[in-house]
Amino acid sequence: MSNKKPVLEVRNLRVEFPNRRGNLVAVDDVSFTVNEGEVLGVVGESGAGKSMTGSAVIGLLEPPGRIAGGEVLLDGERIDNLSPEAMRRVRGKRIGMVFQDPLTSLNPLYTVGRQLTETIQTHQNVSDSQARKQAIDLLAEVGIPAPEKRIDQYPHQFSGGMRQRVVIALALCVNPRMIIADEPTTALDVSIQAQIIKLLKRLCEDHGAAVMLITHDMGVIAETADRVAVMYAGRIAEIGPVKDVIKNAKHPYTKGLMGSIPVVGHDLERLSQIEGSMPRLTEIPRGCAFNPRCPEVFDRCRVERPDLIDVGTSRAACWLHDPASAKKTEAAE
Amino acid sequence: MTIEKPILEVEDLSKYFDVSAPLLRRLVRREGRATLRAVDRVKFSIPKGKTLSLVGESGCGKSTVARLVVGLYEPTTGKVVFDGHDMAAKHSRKEMAGLRRRFQMIFQDPFASLNPRWRVYDIIAEPIRAHGIARDEREISRRVAQNLERVKLSARDGEKFPHEFSGGQRQRISIARALASEPEFLVCDEPTSALDVSVQAQILNLMKDLQRELGLSYLFISHDLAVVYHIADYLGVMYLGRLVEVGPAREIFKNPQHPYTRMLLDAIPDLEMTGRKRIPVGGEVPSPISPPSGCHFHPRCPFANERCQREAPGVTTLSGEIDVRCHAVEEGRLAGEVEKLRMQSSAA
Ligand SMILES: Nc1ncnc2c1ncn2[C@@H]1O[C@H](COP(=O)(O)OP(=O)(O)OP(=O)(O)O)[C@@H](O)[C@H]1O
Ligand SMILES: Nc1ncnc2c1ncn2[C@@H]1O[C@H](COP(=O)(O)OP(=O)(O)O)[C@@H](O)[C@H]1O
Ligand code: SF4
Ligand code: SF4
Ligand SMILES: [Mg+2]
Ligand SMILES: [Mg+2]
Repeated sequence: MSNKKPVLEVRNLRVEFPNRRGNLVAVDDVSFTVNEGEVLGVVGESGAGKSMTGSAVIGLLEPPGRIAGGEVLLDGERIDNLSPEAMRRVRGKRIGMVFQDPLTSLNPLYTVGRQLTETIQTHQNVSDSQARKQAIDLLAEVGIPAPEKRIDQYPHQFSGGMRQRVVIALALCVNPRMIIADEPTTALDVSIQAQIIKLLKRLCEDHGAAVMLITHDMGVIAETADRVAVMYAGRIAEIGPVKDVIKNAKHPYTKGLMGSIPVVGHDLERLSQIEGSMPRLTEIPRGCAFNPRCPEVFDRCRVERPDLIDVGTSRAACWLHDPASAKKTEAAE
Repeated sequence: MTIEKPILEVEDLSKYFDVSAPLLRRLVRREGRATLRAVDRVKFSIPKGKTLSLVGESGCGKSTVARLVVGLYEPTTGKVVFDGHDMAAKHSRKEMAGLRRRFQMIFQDPFASLNPRWRVYDIIAEPIRAHGIARDEREISRRVAQNLERVKLSARDGEKFPHEFSGGQRQRISIARALASEPEFLVCDEPTSALDVSVQAQILNLMKDLQRELGLSYLFISHDLAVVYHIADYLGVMYLGRLVEVGPAREIFKNPQHPYTRMLLDAIPDLEMTGRKRIPVGGEVPSPISPPSGCHFHPRCPFANERCQREAPGVTTLSGEIDVRCHAVEEGRLAGEVEKLRMQSSAA
């Protein structure tokens, strides 16, 4: 791994939703770091807990959801225990956010320029004309053609891809330490998707920010991420360098997931398939949450829950990689 | 593209929508009527037992083609010919019902397309009763069970309601319902787009198995080129209402002709992580209400010239049964210009 400084550290994060019958655990004992200039991809199927992890990190969990355990550190300082007011300042100054629907981040009543200059001026002491100049430069940086004209238009006058660029420009106004992007390309067309991915990647390199990129799309991850965390039923199943996770997966779920994705150029009569689907939060099985669907399941998996275990350059939450269970299976044979 | 014994042929097929502002506003602002050409003179055919996929970006007219094919829309021009029968020609009620039974549609959203108040049994029995395929309740119940088993559910699932199933299982139920009237042809509009990849794989495998077992033909709409690569025998690429390239899928994937097809294929994420170099993609998808003149793709096309801005390209049929709408292809200048661009971008 690189010797760059960690910007974001998440330790043993747990997110719960209290309800009448007890607590639903949406994120369970999740730990990872994101370094300067690095893109950490977070993938998994819907309901895996990706967005909940992201929202918890930036202090935007919708009540009754709450952080029930663990720590979140930004540049070495804890931010999970700040007051809502202090957390709002951290978000404004040091964290940029990009969501799936750019319209949720833009005010339809204000011109794009006004939204950018206001954000710039709340964080920097600059004149109106300086702020406007910065805003135009940012729009140019994210690839909006004719930014000096476009700056005076309203969000509805932009296409979906251009709106997402504006949101990214807004996130950059404050020169953030980290950017959280939750499904930033999911609502966009493929040709536009490719442009936004390239943009995010370049910005991360140029600004030295840490990027947490949440998506269900492995293709997007392959193109953008340095490292990947694969989530399943609220936990990290596997985390490691992108090449290892994609081409040499260690966890049976990651293997199954990769095999089920059709690829242009692969002539297969059938895709390999994982039977069943991800359990609901109320029905997470005992032991390894993947055990009812796992082709390699053995006795221990139904009883004990595996934590992340080092496997080469990756880590996988799977008993297959525990030396102790290897001995046991040998003994059984 | 000429195909022997197609199950479906569409010719010169168009659907125009009137998207004018209300009359009063038009008078005040002195605006004319506005027409949106959602589908503009499209021609393709599908052989029996095969799959043709339509791809293209949002709003290019894929779903509108699907709706025209199953008769949910009246065509503005052109015709849909199903197994030799022109669907617009005069047919007796009985003939029409007989034809309609033979093709069915599956939608993207398995949540919206199933009646939440009906038990799965009744959802699947309905087309069996409506098309008079069986009248005797024992026979109906046998057929419901058979169709549930075809999609890898069990006969007992018939007692449940749609909300008791996951997204993938609900899509199986929609397929079972579509199969209940014993169709030969299924129109599938993004049937797996709302599903997770592991569930998508289950449904794609199922659809291929059913095609083989029952000899079904598919019109399969998707925006995911990898899914299309996996499922399609023939491929049609749409851009702002026009079919810009159509032909055998493998041929087009191997050797795309139209500049837009090339761009789409180049934009596919590189899951293999080969680090292949690609010609960068530029531009935005224009508004379909006021599409660019001439060839709609010209503002984004690296090979556009003055003729492209002025004149809409006609169909050029290439060897290998591929139809392309592009001046550069017709003029035979495309291959050379692509090569030039490649050299430039690798030199840069
Ligand atoms: N009933 C209608 N009235 C007016 N315009 C319509 C109507 N139905 C579709 N359109 C327009 O026709 C064009 C094609 O729409 P269509 O739904 O066929 O696109 P699509 O290719 O299926 O897109 P997507 O990938 O988003 O599903 C779009 O511009 C759409 O806004
Ligand atoms: N308000 C809520 N109450 C209870 N459970 C919730 C709530 N919001 C989300 N969840 C659950 O938390 C889990 C993780 O959700 P999320 O992080 O949004 O998943 P994704 O990986 O698709 O982004 C899901 O099972 C979801 O149903
Ligand atoms: S712990 Fe057991 S059930 Fe879980 S993924 Fe590993 S082998 Fe499969
Ligand atoms: S007709 Fe002209 S603009 Fe259109 S795709 Fe061909 S070369 Fe490009
Ligand atoms: Mg999410
Ligand atoms: Mg559609």
